[in-house]
Amino acid sequence: MAPPQQQSQRSPSPSQPSGKSEVSDLKSQLRQLAGSRAPGADDAKRDLFKKVISNMTIGIDVSALFGEMVMCSATSDIVLKKMCYLYVGNYAKGNPELALLTINFLQRDCKDEDPMIRGLALRSLCSLRVENLVEYLVGPLGSGLKDNNSYVRTVAVIGVLKLYHISASTCIDADFPQTLKHLLLNDPDTQVVANCLSALQEIWTLESTTSEEAARERETLLSKPIVYYILNRIKEFSEWAQCLVLELVAKYIPSDNSEIFDIMNLLEDRLQHANGAVVLATIKLFLHLTLSMADVHQQVYERIKAPLLTQVSSGSPEQSYAILSHLHLLVMRAPYIFAADYKHFYCQYNEPSYVKKLKLEMLTAVANESNTYEIVTELCEYAANVDIPIARESIRAVGKIALQQYDVNAIVDRLLQFLEMEKDYVTSEALVLVKDLLRKYPQWSQDCIAVVGNISSKNVQEPKAKAALIWMLGEYSQDMQDAPYVLESLVENWDEEHSAEVRLHLLTAVMKCFFKRPPETQKALGAALAAGIADFHQDVHDRALFYYRLLQYKVSVAESVVNPPKQAVSVFADTQSNEIKDRIFDEFNTLSVVYQKPSYMFTDKEHRGTFEFSDELGNLSISAEAGDSVAPAQRVEANDKDLLLSTTEKEEGREPGSNGSAYSAPSYDGSSAPSASLADLAYPSTSITAQAPSSSLAIDDLLGLDFSVGTAATPSPPPLNLNPKAAMDPGTFQQKWRQLPISISEEYSLSPQGVASLTSPHALLRHMQSHSILCIASGGQSPNFKFFFFAQKAEEASTYLVECIINTSSAKSQVKIKADDQNSSQAFSTIFQSALSKFGLP
Amino acid sequence: MMISQFFVLSQRGDNIVFRDYRGEVQKGSAETFFRKVKFWTEDSEGDAPPVFNVDGVNYFHVKVAGLYFVATTRVNVSPSLVLELLQRIARVIKDYLGVLNEDSFRKNFVLVYELLDEVIDFGYVQTTSTEVLKSYVFNEPIVIDTARMSPLGPASIFMQGNKRMPATAITKSVLSNEPGGRKRDEIFVDVIEKISVTFNSSGFVLTSEIDGTIQMKSYLTGNPEIRLALNEDLGIGTSDYRGSGAVILDDCNFHESVHLDSFDVDRTLSLVPPDGEFPVMNYRMTQQFKPPFRINALIEETGSLKAEVTIKVRADFNSSINANTVLIQMPLPTYTTRVNFELEPGAVGNTTDFKEANKRLEWGLKKIVGGSEHTLRAKLTFSQELHGNIMKEAGPLSMTFTIPMYNASRLQVKYLQIAKNSKAHNPYRWVRYVTQANSYVARL
Repeated sequence: MAPPQQQSQRSPSPSQPSGKSEVSDLKSQLRQLAGSRAPGADDAKRDLFKKVISNMTIGIDVSALFGEMVMCSATSDIVLKKMCYLYVGNYAKGNPELALLTINFLQRDCKDEDPMIRGLALRSLCSLRVENLVEYLVGPLGSGLKDNNSYVRTVAVIGVLKLYHISASTCIDADFPQTLKHLLLNDPDTQVVANCLSALQEIWTLESTTSEEAARERETLLSKPIVYYILNRIKEFSEWAQCLVLELVAKYIPSDNSEIFDIMNLLEDRLQHANGAVVLATIKLFLHLTLSMADVHQQVYERIKAPLLTQVSSGSPEQSYAILSHLHLLVMRAPYIFAADYKHFYCQYNEPSYVKKLKLEMLTAVANESNTYEIVTELCEYAANVDIPIARESIRAVGKIALQQYDVNAIVDRLLQFLEMEKDYVTSEALVLVKDLLRKYPQWSQDCIAVVGNISSKNVQEPKAKAALIWMLGEYSQDMQDAPYVLESLVENWDEEHSAEVRLHLLTAVMKCFFKRPPETQKALGAALAAGIADFHQDVHDRALFYYRLLQYKVSVAESVVNPPKQAVSVFADTQSNEIKDRIFDEFNTLSVVYQKPSYMFTDKEHRGTFEFSDELGNLSISAEAGDSVAPAQRVEANDKDLLLSTTEKEEGREPGSNGSAYSAPSYDGSSAPSASLADLAYPSTSITAQAPSSSLAIDDLLGLDFSVGTAATPSPPPLNLNPKAAMDPGTFQQKWRQLPISISEEYSLSPQGVASLTSPHALLRHMQSHSILCIASGGQSPNFKFFFFAQKAEEASTYLVECIINTSSAKSQVKIKADDQNSSQAFSTIFQSALSKFGLP
Repeated sequence: MMISQFFVLSQRGDNIVFRDYRGEVQKGSAETFFRKVKFWTEDSEGDAPPVFNVDGVNYFHVKVAGLYFVATTRVNVSPSLVLELLQRIARVIKDYLGVLNEDSFRKNFVLVYELLDEVIDFGYVQTTSTEVLKSYVFNEPIVIDTARMSPLGPASIFMQGNKRMPATAITKSVLSNEPGGRKRDEIFVDVIEKISVTFNSSGFVLTSEIDGTIQMKSYLTGNPEIRLALNEDLGIGTSDYRGSGAVILDDCNFHESVHLDSFDVDRTLSLVPPDGEFPVMNYRMTQQFKPPFRINALIEETGSLKAEVTIKVRADFNSSINANTVLIQMPLPTYTTRVNFELEPGAVGNTTDFKEANKRLEWGLKKIVGGSEHTLRAKLTFSQELHGNIMKEAGPLSMTFTIPMYNASRLQVKYLQIAKNSKAHNPYRWVRYVTQANSYVARL
């Protein structure tokens, strides 16, 4: 790809010279003109400057002209000035000594009587990005911030931010952030205000990693006076600045419901804005504000539907895609709200496939009793589509709908029709679906088998489809007349089968067939086992050997292992965890929604933070004196409570929380002695260890192998010691909690005594502290308690973070562990578990 | 919201303008971007999505006039904001250059840099108002020769049927002056509707939607307030029933300059139009409407290796109106090897083609007069015996067209009032309608 592009870059274009000779040509021409005051000299300069900029654009290095460009810049011609500024900004960083040359004329221009010149010069001065020149910036910036012209002030505010990035200390020492804070609340020009907000958010977020004061300042941006002041002026802001304001307000936590309604009423008309970004920012705000009010939250969904659909269908395909991604997210969260709108998700033939994919998923999600017939009919149209990937997706969509519906009668017919269409890819997809369908609805086997039996295995090439067909041949061999013979012919062609997955399935299918129809299958089985044991693929070889030894041991045992009675699968595992889905919802109106990934999966650390400081944890009151902890608590509580809002909690089937738990921080003073009634006991539930050991032991014996299946998988980790004096500030905890994936998520049961004594969170805190597991935030009232713990390795700075939710009425505790060092999280989990189980023991 | 870089690439991947605002993304980003987009298409995964991430850098792009407008950032920004911004930058540049294409860009790149410097500072949007930007722009646009523009370009969709329209009307820069230094005082209001209709095999409408925009482009001097009156009985929201025959929109939104004070009462919009082109109002309608074309398509086996396709198109609109640039396409069975076309005797301005590569039939008609009917027969020859249902092997048929001075929704601009400064002052007003096919599909 690169060569043709290179060529075309050098394609003859009169204004775009290339190569070194042109650069030196330009150099000598600039020299000649440098001091010229002849009439027409400026025009000649303009032409030369244009050539220089043009070269710069296409990537030719013209930095060698720096001196000449600066010499020519002594001019009153503003067009020339601007070109010169552009040039200087581009190359100053690489030529710090030469950049010094420009300081003089830029500083002079910063005092020009024309505000335009002042602004332009100040912007260029701040764009030099040369660290040893920052001393020259402070003066002009200071006067720029006080300039009586708003253009100069907008430039100066961004200039402060630029200075901060070149030299943070210079910027802080000059007290510029405080000046910006003053302008934020007092400047009449809304663009100045907007720039102050952007600049302060960036500066204080970066500063807060080292300075607590900055962290506090950052929080004050979210204080009621500032939020209200800006909110009341929102309509004076440009549409882009409105997005900024809405983003800010989305992080503000109103003190009561009436405040929420006030804000929503004020911003209601933003939903009718033609700019999709404004609409999405408003929607995010509305969704987040109403998290704790299930019925209002649902009304918000209803209200935003029409504006979202309008945004999807107006504007360019690209804008439409960004909006559609968000609609997709909402549809996936609350499909029933969009069930009647299914026609909006029909694909148009000329849409790009990334749009069609989203739409197919939405159609799948919204299918219910009343619209399934029409949706499936529509999807069947796409199955014959010329766009084969989309045709495949459509068939899969039909299958998914079949799996999620109770009345699948009509859909099964459609799927079987696919099998009769005699298009290879359609047959392949349909086979996989029929297999999944049978796993969930074994009662359909008669109908399906009749059709599947007619498919010649020779016409099926794709490994997944072939594996599905073979699975069905094995599973339903008693109903398919020629199953043993089909399998036999497949075994005969063992060497031509390139997919290990297919060969694995073939082994298992032949085994199953053998148990049902031994005389017909014996020959095929022998051949399959021989071929399998000789197979070069490790898994295939191992499985064949395993089956062989099983059979040697006892055929009935082999049958119970290979072909045990099956239960219908009720729910297929979801590909994306609910934790991740919730995280993406938190990051509404960001790239996370388009990528369908939370930000920690695609952003590097330093670029993540700016807008993310209101975390779930941030809403807990960290400091003991915080009085208004009611609202934040409600918000967290809402997460636990509401079906619509938080899939995590819903689907894990946790007991809904009680109302109004106020979270408070732990106190480490130790003044109150541990309560006497610490007789509580927490012991792990035994669900994991129930049956596995016995059966695996049997196999061990059988194979004559000498290892324990359980421990072989995970080599025992080195002993773990925790630092009793570990320290972490809430901000760091918050950040880590967001970034790290969950390494362990477990549920323990609590003893009745433990439940009885856990009347306040404090008892448990002190207990855990004695095990070097410290609490950073806790809260709740009976029966729901929530704790965030952390611990640190004794020998290194590797930390463990824990979220522990205890429900005393169900006597269960849910523990989520995140760790810097994933490998040791199991060891930590053991320590945590044991500490928790000792809680209350005398 | 922070953008790190902004650049514009030609279709071949050349940098036309390149602006680095924050120096956080490596210099080779334009090449990385172009390679990714190109391979995406070559790997036949369809078009690259407008947003993707390569090595921690997020690339956003919109395609306008064959050019890629690209922004990069490492921050997790609002995608909708960046894409909206890219689109807006393209429009602002078009306002200044008059015509947006590679040629005009290359001739005016210094002016474009002037704009870019003011639109974004250190990655933050400052202003995208064409009007505000005027005071920062000092380069004069070099106008390119519009006569060389393709006759099917966006500028020409209004031309037919209204000969009085100045041909340069919408390819004029906001900075341009009439000879003699006086600005021509005029305003254009365009009602542009994109319609989507899907017919099932028996010709019944399965789904239909109209996505409309009232677009304005003002060259008025002195920023007068204008009032735009729409149908008085216009309903908004499906519950807003205004009697039979009333036009009912599902939903609409407005440009921020629009005042809706009397909209609820008499359906008039008032605004002081900013310079340049902008959408006054976007609307969406799923209410039933009369589709402009009825289509009948049929495929029948006529022998062992033969089939015949018959396509009938009837124009269901007034005979004073013509549809232009009509193109009908239909995928044929993949084993089709040859197609013989048969047009009606006396058919003019028709083209027929069989695209061998993707096995598609194409029928172009330069013009369709309202009320007329056209038929095409195509005899297909196959390379293999048919098995299965031939109806499932071909179609669906899709149609694209443009119909000037026609709007399917019946939404109208009843009047356009300009607050007058003086009696002599009487600007030109153009209110124009056009309907285009977005997705017009008939299934077999």
